[in-house]
Amino acid sequence: MTEPPKIGVYICDCGFNIASVVNVPDVVDYAKGLKGVVVAREYKYMCSSPGQETIQKDIREMRVNRVVVASCSPHLHEATFRRAAESAGANPFLVHMVNIREQVSWVTKDPRQATEKAKALVAAGVARVALHSPLERRSVPVRSEVLIVGGGIAGIQAALTAAEAGRHVYLVEREPSIGGHMAKFDKTFPTLDCAACILTPKMTAVKNHPDITLLSYSDVVGVDGFVGNFKVRVRRRPRYVDEAKCVGCFECIEQCVYKTAKFPSEFDLGLGKRKPIYIPFAQAVPLVAVIDPGTCIEFKTGRCKQTCVDACGDRDAIDFQQKEQIVELDVGTIIVATGFHVFDAARMTNYGYGRLPGVFNALEVERLAASNGPTGGEILLRDGRTPKAVAIVHCVGSRDEHYNTYCSKVCCMYSLKLAHLVKERTGAEVYNFYIDMRTPGKGYEEFYHRLIAENLHLVRGKVAEVTDLAENPAEEGRLTVVAEDTLLGVIRRVPVDMVILSVAIEPQPDREEVRRMLNMSCSSEGFFLEKHPKLAPVSTMTDGIFIAGTCQGPKDIPETVAQAEAAAAEAIALTSKGSIQLEPNLASIEEGLCSGCQICIPLCPYNAIELDREKMVARISDVLCKGCGVCVAACPSGAISQKMFEDDQLLHELEGVLSR
Amino acid sequence: MRKPEFEPRIVAFVCNWCTYIAADAAGVARSRYASNVRLIRTMCSGRVDPQFVLTAFEKGADGVLLCGCHPRDCHYSSGNYKTLRRYTLLKKMLSQMGFEEGRLRLEWISASEAEKFRRVVEDMTEQVRRLGPLDLDGGD
Repeated sequence: MTEPPKIGVYICDCGFNIASVVNVPDVVDYAKGLKGVVVAREYKYMCSSPGQETIQKDIREMRVNRVVVASCSPHLHEATFRRAAESAGANPFLVHMVNIREQVSWVTKDPRQATEKAKALVAAGVARVALHSPLERRSVPVRSEVLIVGGGIAGIQAALTAAEAGRHVYLVEREPSIGGHMAKFDKTFPTLDCAACILTPKMTAVKNHPDITLLSYSDVVGVDGFVGNFKVRVRRRPRYVDEAKCVGCFECIEQCVYKTAKFPSEFDLGLGKRKPIYIPFAQAVPLVAVIDPGTCIEFKTGRCKQTCVDACGDRDAIDFQQKEQIVELDVGTIIVATGFHVFDAARMTNYGYGRLPGVFNALEVERLAASNGPTGGEILLRDGRTPKAVAIVHCVGSRDEHYNTYCSKVCCMYSLKLAHLVKERTGAEVYNFYIDMRTPGKGYEEFYHRLIAENLHLVRGKVAEVTDLAENPAEEGRLTVVAEDTLLGVIRRVPVDMVILSVAIEPQPDREEVRRMLNMSCSSEGFFLEKHPKLAPVSTMTDGIFIAGTCQGPKDIPETVAQAEAAAAEAIALTSKGSIQLEPNLASIEEGLCSGCQICIPLCPYNAIELDREKMVARISDVLCKGCGVCVAACPSGAISQKMFEDDQLLHELEGVLSR
Repeated sequence: MRKPEFEPRIVAFVCNWCTYIAADAAGVARSRYASNVRLIRTMCSGRVDPQFVLTAFEKGADGVLLCGCHPRDCHYSSGNYKTLRRYTLLKKMLSQMGFEEGRLRLEWISASEAEKFRRVVEDMTEQVRRLGPLDLDGGD
């Protein structure tokens, strides 16, 4: 651009967010005196239509050719203002945002200091934008395939939504069957729908959908590439049963040399047993057997009679030689739906979990209540007795500064649901010990009142201890729950037979590896961080990667499903045009200045730079460069520059921030 | 009349993916911190040319803070390691030139570490305030 900079500065009050701390009129006056500034204005909400129109009008009528918007973080509204400038006929990269909300008004107490800092940042923005030049976005083709990591209800719903839109979906699940935690539940709150009745048709739909490739018993082990063009490596663990040949007839399992199931079933959380060859549950998808080499005699001794092989007969599905396989997938977008981990209640030793046999965690009781569970739906103690009194302890590992400070959101509701199921199945007296009852959701408060009407004992107080030490004859041979009833102001000792711990929802233990692999961020609790808590709840900071379900934070099934559909919609929208535009912040080399020293070549993390041996100059590939700028900082002859982050621009910005 | 307390000027070069987001999060959490540190955003901390640091001091900065993603967390896989090497050299060079320890600082601050960002800014401001103004001309 040859014409001299005519800079417009637009300072946002952000309602009171900025204006209550920063003296905006003062900053406007200051901006008017800066070099190249032809107009500076204040407005209540710069991001609103009238705000944007003000900028557009100045571009059209005053021939403003550079724009500085001092408002919130560019991560929030850079795109908004670039679009506004573009539709007024200006190049979007002649706009620069100055962050005076997150970096100034929200964090600075003293209005004078805040105003000074705002002025310095505006000065920096003005100095920088004067050197901006119009840039072109580069367009890259994108693949339409979607990878979904995790086959719980979030992954299932996202897969079905994307596949219904005609996208090919790869659904990767590490367990032998999809279904996740929801498959383990008996009923769901507040409608008391049978979980399997609403989930298993969806699982079957996944299996039968022509556009879904289900990779169960598999892990994503590597992700390369970038938005629209990810290369994914998936490790398929050997089942030792050929998925294509197995029909799920259960014959091999029945004919296994172990006449009875002997080993703890993972799906039943150890409350039920399985054989070395097993199908995790009768409604599993895929309905394919899997052999656990840790317990199978053939793998342990090599001298098994292989009755399973005989039972399979001509189908010949059992293959002890099966090896791990690595599958490579090309996808455009990735939806992460890796779910949650249940809090290990043994960490709270005062509740006796793992030590006192009458103490269960809530998920275990879900298995006991489920008709496909180890007891056929009867809620029994470990010794087979039916409990006469049951205590349900809320907030185990949640809202507790020693474990997790956050509320796990679903525990009150599932505790009420379990109270109902326990009463229904056993007729026991049920005591719910809660800190606060939190039931915000459609139909949830009504469910709470329904449960109160079922003669539930509600005790407000955090349980101090669960003990088998009796203090009186009524406690003899039972478990006693000790808690302060904070409504009555007395310490209560309630003798019961069974204690159910309503454990917290925690992030998965391996989230660090997943986070690193996909270049996402975590919140301080360890849940994956969304791009914006309100306006981009399923996006991440990495373009093309979305999150859904409890890997993002505690949530119930309706929320998870809604989020999964949103993530699928985002993935579809992103790739629906067949190409996307990327930021132009690439590095490039000015041949005349390059001395061919090759310092830059090994520094590039993407192998995007190579030497032109004929001319002895380095060359950067536009396709491979991701725009980090590492080579720019290293070039000793100043031959490399990075668009949007030119040396001059940064040095002027530097002078600006130091100007006050 | 009491002399007003010295307010250092500190420039922080922060990467777009980790520390800038931590700074945004500190804002959202309404963390209060000193207004002395001013941020310059680059895509990667590896973009920060050592020359920028020297120029910052030359143009009046009393301290320079470099911030990037934790090791193994870099959005560009290894940019932060390059930052670390440059920092180590710069640090050596600055000390030979008579700069006090503490005027240049490198911190890894991830997107979720809003509290760490606040702490580092407060701490750096206090540290440089104690050191006093940077005097490149040897006092005149």
